[in-house]
Amino acid sequence: MAAPETTTAAAPTDPGLASASPGEAPTVAKKAKLGFGGWLALAWLVAIVIMALFASFLPLEDPARSAFRPRLGMFSDGNIFGTDTNGRDVLARVVHGTRVSVLIGFASVSIGMVVGGALGLYAGYFRNRLASTISWLFDILLSFPAIVLALSLVAVLAGGAESSDTQKNMVIILALGIVSVPLLGRITRGTTLTWSQREFVTAARSLGAKDLRIMVREVLPNVLPAMFSLALLSVAVSIVAEGSLAVLGAGTNSVSWGSMIAGGRSDLQRIPHVVMVPSAFIFFTVLALNYLGDIARARFDVRESIL
Amino acid sequence: MSTDSTTAAVGRGRRRVLTAPDSHAGTLLEVDDLRTSFVTPRGVVTAVDGVSLSLERGRTLGVVGESGSGKSVLARSIMGLLGNRNVRRSGSVRYAGQELTELNRKDLRSLWGTGMAMVFQDPMTSLNPVMKIGRQLTEGLRRHLDMSKDDANATAVELLSSVGIPEPERRLSQYAHELSGGMRQRVTIAIALACGPKLLFADEPTTALDVTVQAQILNLLQAQQHERHMAMVLVTHDLGVVAGRTDDIAVMYAGQIVETAPTRTLFANVRMPYTEALLKSIPKLEQPSHTRLQIIGGRPPDLISPPAGCRFSPRCPYAQDKCRTEQPPLIEAEQPGHLFRCWFPVGTDAGREAFERNLAAGVPAAIAARTGDAAAVELADERGLATQTSTTDTAPGSNA
Repeated sequence: MAAPETTTAAAPTDPGLASASPGEAPTVAKKAKLGFGGWLALAWLVAIVIMALFASFLPLEDPARSAFRPRLGMFSDGNIFGTDTNGRDVLARVVHGTRVSVLIGFASVSIGMVVGGALGLYAGYFRNRLASTISWLFDILLSFPAIVLALSLVAVLAGGAESSDTQKNMVIILALGIVSVPLLGRITRGTTLTWSQREFVTAARSLGAKDLRIMVREVLPNVLPAMFSLALLSVAVSIVAEGSLAVLGAGTNSVSWGSMIAGGRSDLQRIPHVVMVPSAFIFFTVLALNYLGDIARARFDVRESIL
Repeated sequence: MSTDSTTAAVGRGRRRVLTAPDSHAGTLLEVDDLRTSFVTPRGVVTAVDGVSLSLERGRTLGVVGESGSGKSVLARSIMGLLGNRNVRRSGSVRYAGQELTELNRKDLRSLWGTGMAMVFQDPMTSLNPVMKIGRQLTEGLRRHLDMSKDDANATAVELLSSVGIPEPERRLSQYAHELSGGMRQRVTIAIALACGPKLLFADEPTTALDVTVQAQILNLLQAQQHERHMAMVLVTHDLGVVAGRTDDIAVMYAGQIVETAPTRTLFANVRMPYTEALLKSIPKLEQPSHTRLQIIGGRPPDLISPPAGCRFSPRCPYAQDKCRTEQPPLIEAEQPGHLFRCWFPVGTDAGREAFERNLAAGVPAAIAARTGDAAAVELADERGLATQTSTTDTAPGSNA
């Protein structure tokens, strides 16, 4: 069985997957295996999810407790990632921080998927004034630098100063969600445009299918792979963006990877590990998401095999 | 429409289809002066320009023409499948006495699938790549005929086996890409037939297929049409395809019907030079090998500003000055039902004279038509004469 092996090897190394593997063996390509890298990425993400869910139950120090003790470097006894400026355990903080970071990443992109997906599908399928208005809206939103837009949205949405931690997190999710709407909306619209020109859409119409039905059942399944691959990327971008917001002072009040980087920034020269540990977590998560995104596409995209 | 009488008709007249004049006999489709144009940035393209035709139940009409003659647009326009945006349609389309141009989208939708259906050109693109065959087949059944899931699946299996697909049960859970081209086209035919349409449009159903499969698919369409007593419009660019399979033929050129007749009459008495040219361009088996194929020089005219006179005149070996200024009307030939547009019809003295005159004057189209000879055609090509006719809006009378 040489064929599945080759496709597994080819899938992750090809950056532009859809266009890059036209001559692939049919049917066999569908069963692309995860491979070592894939398993590693999967394991990391599972670990991340466990950390996010069960941080409070894990045998860790209280992430907020600042013990009066000498500042500890990496791999100290009892504090594997050392402590930060305030003497708090970095491991405890990074594990607890997972929850907010991952939540913000996935929730904001979900908003982008649902809202951007629906708008993009409409804008790509119909050719009316509303459809072009939606496209303009996307363009307008995209014309702002993403981080500036997110920053101002947070500032506007946050309103009163005395918002709780949860409220603050919601505001950040909403702001990053709005930022990701035009990104996902545009790719959905573009992909929908090409798919709704295909003859099977006309064929479905010629059999009396309604527009909504065609959009949801004929076009959407074809558009989803493109949406998902961008969405996985966007999760990564959102996690990073949350960090950027924190660095700029508009971040969450809770422990998160971003707020850890923001907090450790001033002592970067003396104790770099306070910044490096959460950065590494972001890096590996982003990498794992992208990697799995590619594999998932190669595996579940029926069209790959006909290309 | 009672299904009883339909099945009765099928049962009675399996082999002698047209003999039983039941209540459904008579005109099923009547198109009158249909005009369809597209508004483009370059101008208004009139793809279908005043087409009238009628079709009875159980009969097959072949619509023939080269690429860009408007035959596909005609089929889609009759069904009303072209969107509203940028499309202008005028004229009348009556289906079973009902005026389709006045129907709203909802009523039209209820007619699509059950009343009329279409088989598309490329089965690769007309099947959804990410939907299983079974679901694509049963969707219409469940929506239009309110079947339960099991009933629909059973019907789907029947349909698949009726279009000659082996192991139909297994196919239901397969995707389009797991089937061969011919299989896929059989599936699209099954989908089109699913809700028992009374009128089937086949839009170049064999163009995207292997030659060896073409005949099978055409035979299948013909068999299904007989069995279901449907009316069928077979759109194709290949006169050979329609030759033995249609009752009537309409030859289209530049959006107009230029000749229409019962199939036999048309092949026996070609009147319009374009039809003649199409016929000549079919390679013949009895010809020696390396025979230069007959071509029709040039290209169909730009439909934004079609030639003033006869639309075929820039490419016609018979064309005279009159052809370039006055558009010939659709007139009746000796045989009933045979209509054509030409001032100097093929097979008449006027036509012969016109051809001789052109030959004497050295009109390249005429030389090419006479000799069919490589040298002459190449000579004309070299002089840029034959191809010059493709510059569309100027009638190349000047170069004669």
